[in-house]
Amino acid sequence: MSALPTVSSLSMLLPFTLLAPLVAMLLIVFLPKEETKTIKLVAAMGMFVSLALSIYAFFAYNIEQGGMQFTLTIPWIPDLGVNLALGVDGLSLPMLLLTNLIGFSSIYASWNMDKRVKEYFILLLILIAGVMGTFIARDLFIFFLFYEIVVIPIYIMVIIWGSSKRVTKEYAGMKLTIYLLIGSAFLLVGMIALYLAAAAGGNPTFMFEELAARQDLYSPAFQKVAFALMIIGFGSLISMFPFHSWSPDGYAGAPTAVSMIHAGVLKKIGGYGLIRLGIYVLPVGASFWAPYIATLAVISVLYAAFIALVQKDMKYVVGYSSVSHMGYVIIAIAALNPTAVTGAVAMMFAHGVMAALFFAMIGFIYEKTHTRNISELGGLAHQVPRLATGFVIAGMASLGLPGTVNFVAEFTIFIAAIKVLPVHTVLGIAGIIFTAVYILRIIANVMFGPRRSEWDHLTDIRGPELVPLVLLAFVIFLGGMFPNILMGLIDSGVNSSGLAEVLETVSQAKIGGLF
Amino acid sequence: MFKEMHDLFQWAWLIPALPFLSFLLIAFVTKRSKGLSSTVSILAILSSLGMAIAIAYSVIRAGAEIVEHPAIVTVNWLNIGGLTIDFGTIIDPLSAMMLFVVTLVASMVQIYSLGYMHGDKGWSRYYAYQSLFASAMLGMVLATNLLQLFIFWELVGLCSYLLIGFWYFKVSAREAAKKAFMTTRVGDFGLLLGMLFLYSKFGTLDFVALSAAMSTSLQDIAVVGTAGYITVMAFLVFMGPVGKSGQFPLHVWLPDAMEGPTPVSALIHAATMVVAGVYLVARMYFLFDFASPEALQFIAGLGAFTAIFAASIAVVQNDIKRILAYSTLSQLGYMMFALGVGSFSGSMFHLMTHAFFKALMFLGAGSVILALHHKQNIWDMGGLWKKMPITGWTFFIGILAISGMPPFAGFFSKDEILANALQNGHPIIYAVGLFTAFLTAFYMCRLFFVVFMGPEKPENHPHESPWSMTIPLIILAFFSVVGGWVALPGHYNFAFFVHYGELHHVAIDWFLAGISVIAGLLGIGLAYAIYVKNVISAESIVARFPGVYKLLKNGYYVDDLYLWIIHHIMGGMGKILYWFDINIVDGIVNGIALTTRGSGKLLRRTSTGQVQMYAMVFFFAVVVIFMVFAFGEGQLSALNPLATLGGVK
Amino acid sequence: MSLLNNFSNLSVGLTSYLLVGAMLFCLGLYGVFAKKNMIAILMSIELMLNAVNINFIAFNRFIWNQKVDIHYVLTGHVAALFIIIVAACEVAVGLALIISVYRNRKSTNVDEFNWLKW
Repeated sequence: MSALPTVSSLSMLLPFTLLAPLVAMLLIVFLPKEETKTIKLVAAMGMFVSLALSIYAFFAYNIEQGGMQFTLTIPWIPDLGVNLALGVDGLSLPMLLLTNLIGFSSIYASWNMDKRVKEYFILLLILIAGVMGTFIARDLFIFFLFYEIVVIPIYIMVIIWGSSKRVTKEYAGMKLTIYLLIGSAFLLVGMIALYLAAAAGGNPTFMFEELAARQDLYSPAFQKVAFALMIIGFGSLISMFPFHSWSPDGYAGAPTAVSMIHAGVLKKIGGYGLIRLGIYVLPVGASFWAPYIATLAVISVLYAAFIALVQKDMKYVVGYSSVSHMGYVIIAIAALNPTAVTGAVAMMFAHGVMAALFFAMIGFIYEKTHTRNISELGGLAHQVPRLATGFVIAGMASLGLPGTVNFVAEFTIFIAAIKVLPVHTVLGIAGIIFTAVYILRIIANVMFGPRRSEWDHLTDIRGPELVPLVLLAFVIFLGGMFPNILMGLIDSGVNSSGLAEVLETVSQAKIGGLF
Repeated sequence: MFKEMHDLFQWAWLIPALPFLSFLLIAFVTKRSKGLSSTVSILAILSSLGMAIAIAYSVIRAGAEIVEHPAIVTVNWLNIGGLTIDFGTIIDPLSAMMLFVVTLVASMVQIYSLGYMHGDKGWSRYYAYQSLFASAMLGMVLATNLLQLFIFWELVGLCSYLLIGFWYFKVSAREAAKKAFMTTRVGDFGLLLGMLFLYSKFGTLDFVALSAAMSTSLQDIAVVGTAGYITVMAFLVFMGPVGKSGQFPLHVWLPDAMEGPTPVSALIHAATMVVAGVYLVARMYFLFDFASPEALQFIAGLGAFTAIFAASIAVVQNDIKRILAYSTLSQLGYMMFALGVGSFSGSMFHLMTHAFFKALMFLGAGSVILALHHKQNIWDMGGLWKKMPITGWTFFIGILAISGMPPFAGFFSKDEILANALQNGHPIIYAVGLFTAFLTAFYMCRLFFVVFMGPEKPENHPHESPWSMTIPLIILAFFSVVGGWVALPGHYNFAFFVHYGELHHVAIDWFLAGISVIAGLLGIGLAYAIYVKNVISAESIVARFPGVYKLLKNGYYVDDLYLWIIHHIMGGMGKILYWFDINIVDGIVNGIALTTRGSGKLLRRTSTGQVQMYAMVFFFAVVVIFMVFAFGEGQLSALNPLATLGGVK
Repeated sequence: MSLLNNFSNLSVGLTSYLLVGAMLFCLGLYGVFAKKNMIAILMSIELMLNAVNINFIAFNRFIWNQKVDIHYVLTGHVAALFIIIVAACEVAVGLALIISVYRNRKSTNVDEFNWLKW
C-alpha cells in the first residue's frame, strides 16, 4: 500500500471531480450553439474525467482505515460555522460513483438531442455537479446548498425538453419543483433548529460529524420534532407514500436524462439524508418514528406495485416501481440496524443503476417510436434486439434476480430487517411477486410478440447510444456476482462512521422481534 | 487415495464454470458464427460431462468415506457485518449423481438440437441460453448453502423463461414464459421467506452447519417451540419446490411451458430444472425431518395428489407435448411423495431414471414433431413406426420404462417408492401411487399407439431424423434400460450411496413388484383395447361422462381461476389504487396547489390599479400605525412622538 | 392638553403655523385622493409639499432657533429650498408624463388608467 499516495495528498481529488463537469459547462458556454457535436463531446469529456476520478476514489479508498477520506476543509463563513468541507466515506462514495456512472450515461442517452443542445448540456452538467456536491459535502449547509442548486436545472429541463402525456410537461415540472421545494422548506426548518441546538454546545457548526458528536444537547422531544421535519423533507425526496405523487408524473414529463438522474441519484439524496442526518444525528427521534415510517414504507411497496400493474405508459410503470423499490430502502432505514443500513445504501446504488438503465432504454424507444404506450408497442425485439437486451436486463434487475446487484441489496435488507420488523418485511417481500408481474408484463408486451411492420424502420441502438447499456449493465452484473466490491465498502462506511455504534445503543431497547 | 480425489473435487467448480464461459464466449465473440457457437457450447458441456463422470467414479471408489463426509470447498462471496455468505461446491453421492444426470441430458439435448434447431435464426442465442442454463443448473446442484442454491435456482428460472419464450414472436410462447416466471416466483417468495427466517434463527444458511445448529437447538430444552418454528420454516421452504417442481396448485405453468422448443422441454421441463424442487427438498431433508411429522405428511399428500391429478388430466390431452408435460407433473408428484413417505433414495433414484426416460420421450416427440413439420396433435399422426424406426423403438423403450415394466429403469424406481410407501405405513398413498401407475401406463400407451401404430395419414411424409438427433435417442434409451440396474440388491447399490439417516438394505419385495407390474400391464392392455383393437370406443366413454371429460380437458379449470384472480382481483386492486392515487393522493396535492392559487385569485382583487386607492390605503395605514405608537401601551410609548410635541412650549 | 393650552394663548406661535401647515396638507391629501384630473392631483401634491415647507420653517424658527457665532442656523430653510427645487423638477417630470399620457389616450382622468393591476 505504500505505493499509494497518502490520503491527505489526495485532498484535491473531490474538488476536481466536482469541478470537471462545471469546467466542461463553462467551455460549452463559450462554444457557438451550432457546434452540437463539439458540445456533446465536451460534455462527455467532462463527465469522463469525473467518472474516472470517482472510480479511482472508489478503489483508492482505504477500507481498513475507514472514515472520511480525501477530505478538504476550507472555512467559508466562520461566524456561522460554515465550512466548505468535502470528503467521502463508505456511505457517500458509492453514491458519488453512482452519480458519475449515471451522469456519464445520461450524456450518451441524450446523444440524439437536437433541440437547443447548448442550453440542454449546460443545464445537465450543472445538475450532475449539483447532485455530486450533495453527496460529497461533509457540511450540512453545503449539502443543502447543492440540493437547492439541483432543483433549478431540473425545472427548466422538464419545461423545455419534457414531454406531455397524461399530464402536461409544465404541470410535471411545476409539481416536481414545488413539491421538492416544499419538502426542502421543512428540511430547512429542521436544519436550522438542529444548528441552533448544536450551537448551544460551543462554536456554531454545520459539520455532520460535529452535529452528531453533540447529541447530548438534543432532548428527546427536540429529536422527535426535528426528525419529523426530516421525514417530510427527505421522505418526499425519496417518494415515500403519501409524498410520492410527484415522482411518476415528474419522470413521465421529464426528458430521458433528467429521468435517469432523478430516479437514479437525486431520489437517493432522500435516503442518504435520512441515514446521514436522520438516524446518525437524531437517533432517538429515529427510533421514535421508525415504526411509523416502516408502515408507510410497506404501504409504498405494495401500493405502488399494484398501481404499476395497471399503467399504460412505460415511464409510469418504472416511476411507480421506483416508488415501490424505495419502500425497501425506507424499511431498511426504519430497521435501525447496521446490516440493514448497509443494505439500504446498496439498494440505493442498485436501484439507481437499474432505474437509469431502464429510463435510458425507454428514452431510446420513445425517441425512435414517439410513443411510450405499452399497447401501441410490441415485438420490438425483432427490430431492435440490443435495445431489447438492455430492457430485459433492466427488468430482471428490477425484479431482483440473483446475479444482479439488486438481489444482493434486497437480500441484505430482508435478512437484516426481518429480525427487527418481521411483519413489515414479510409484507414487503410479498411485493416481489407483484414486481415480477408488472415487469414481465411490460417486457412481454413491449419487446416480445409478433413482428409489427410499423416498427420496421427502427434502427437498433449503436455507437454512443450503447454506452448507457454497456456501462450500467456491466455494473449491475459486476455488483451482483462479486458483491464484496461494493458491500465491503458500504459496510466499512456504516461501521467506521460511528453509525453502527449509534444504532447499537438506540436499538437495544427495541430488539426482540419475532424470535 | 482420498487425497488425490480431493484434488479432483477441488476443481468441481469448473463443471458449472465451463458452460458459463461458453455462454460468455457465445454472447460476446462467436454469436455471428453459428457453427462456432454450437461447437463451443457442446464442447463445454461435454467437458463438464467428462468431469462429472470422473467425479462420479471417484465418489463410487471412495465409498463410505464420502457418504459420511462430503467434500466441501468454499470461497467467501459476501462478507459484511452480520452477514457472511460463502460460495462453494459440495461433492457427495447425491450431487455426483445429479451432476452426471444433468451433464448427460444436457449434452444429449445440445447435440440433438443441432438437428432440431437446424436453420433457426436464433441459433447462437439458443446455444448461449443452453450454456447458461447448464451452468446455472450445475451451480445449483453443487451449492453448499441455501442462498447459493437460491441464486442458481432463480437463474435456472431465468433460463427457463428465456427458453420458453425463445420463439418470442409467438404470443403463446411469450405468455407461457411470463406465466412460468410468475408462478415460480410465488413459490420463491415462500422459499425466500423460509430462508430469511432460518438465517435469523440459526445464523447460517450452510447445509451442514444448519443441520448441526438445528439438532443442537432441538436438544436445548430451554428453547421452547423450536420444533414449531422449524415446521413453519419447512412449509415456507417447501413453497419453492411447489412452484419449481410444478406441484399442485402451482403446476399451471409447466404444460404451457411446452411452447418452447422441444429439446428445451426435454432438458428443462422434464429432466433437470423441474426436479430442482425435489433436489432442494432432498438437500434440506434434515429440515423436514426435524420439523414435526405434519411437514413430511403434507409433502407426501401433496405429491400423491399432484401425481394422480396430473395423470388424470394427461388421459384426455391431445397435444403430444402436453401429454408428456402432465406426465412429468405426475412423475414429479411421485418423487415428492416418495420424499414425504421417507423413501429418500427411492425418490432420488426415480429422479435419475425419470430424467433418462422422460428426456428420451421428449426428444422422441421432438423427432416426430420435426418429421411432421410441427404438428403436435396426436390425432394428426399415425403409422410412424415403419417410417421412423429408430424414433419408434427408442420411444417404445421409454414407454416401457415409465410404465414400470421390468427390467427397464422405471420398474426399479417406481417399485422402490411404492414398496416404501406401504412399508412406512402410508397405505392410502400407496393406493394412489398404484392407481397413478396404472393411469400412467394407460395414457403413455395411448400416446404411443395413436402416434406410432394408428392409421397412416396420407398428408404426412415423415422420414427418420438425422443422426444428430437419433444418436442422443439411442444413448438415452440405453440409460433408460440399464439405469435401473444400479439399484439391484447388493451392498454397494444406489441406496448405499444416496440415503438419509440410517442405511437399510431392502430386498425387492417381489409380491409388491408384481402388483405394480400388473397395474402397468392393465394400463397397457386397456390402451391397446381402446386404441388398437377398438374393443371399447373412446367416444362412447366421453359421451357417457361429458362433464368429467370437460373438467379434465380443461385441467380442472385451475388456469381459469388464476386468470380470473389476476385479472379481477389484482388488476381490480391496481385500478382501485390507481384511482385512489390520482384522485385522492394527487387530489390532495393538487388541492393544496389550487387553494394557494385560489387565495391568490381572491387577493388580487384588491389590486385595482387605482393609484389613488393605493395612496389612500397607504395613508390610513400610516395613521393607524401612528395611533398605535401614540396611544399604545408598554414599550411603544417610550417612542411616543406626542411626548416630543408636549415638550413644546 | 398642551395643544389646547397653546390655543388659549392667542399670540402667533408655532401652533398657528403648524395648523396652517396641517390644513394645507389635508387639502392636498384630499386633492390627491379625490381629484380625477391628473393636473389637479399634481397641484395637490404641490400643496402638500408646501405644507411641509411651512412646517420646516416654523420648526426652524421656534424650536431650532440657535445662533452659531453671529449667524442663525437655517437648516429648516435650506430643507425648504431643497423641497422647492425638487418639487419644481417633479412638476416638470409629472407634467411631461401627463402630456405624453394625454397624447396617447386623449384623457387625463386617472380612473381610466388602471394598468398597474394584477
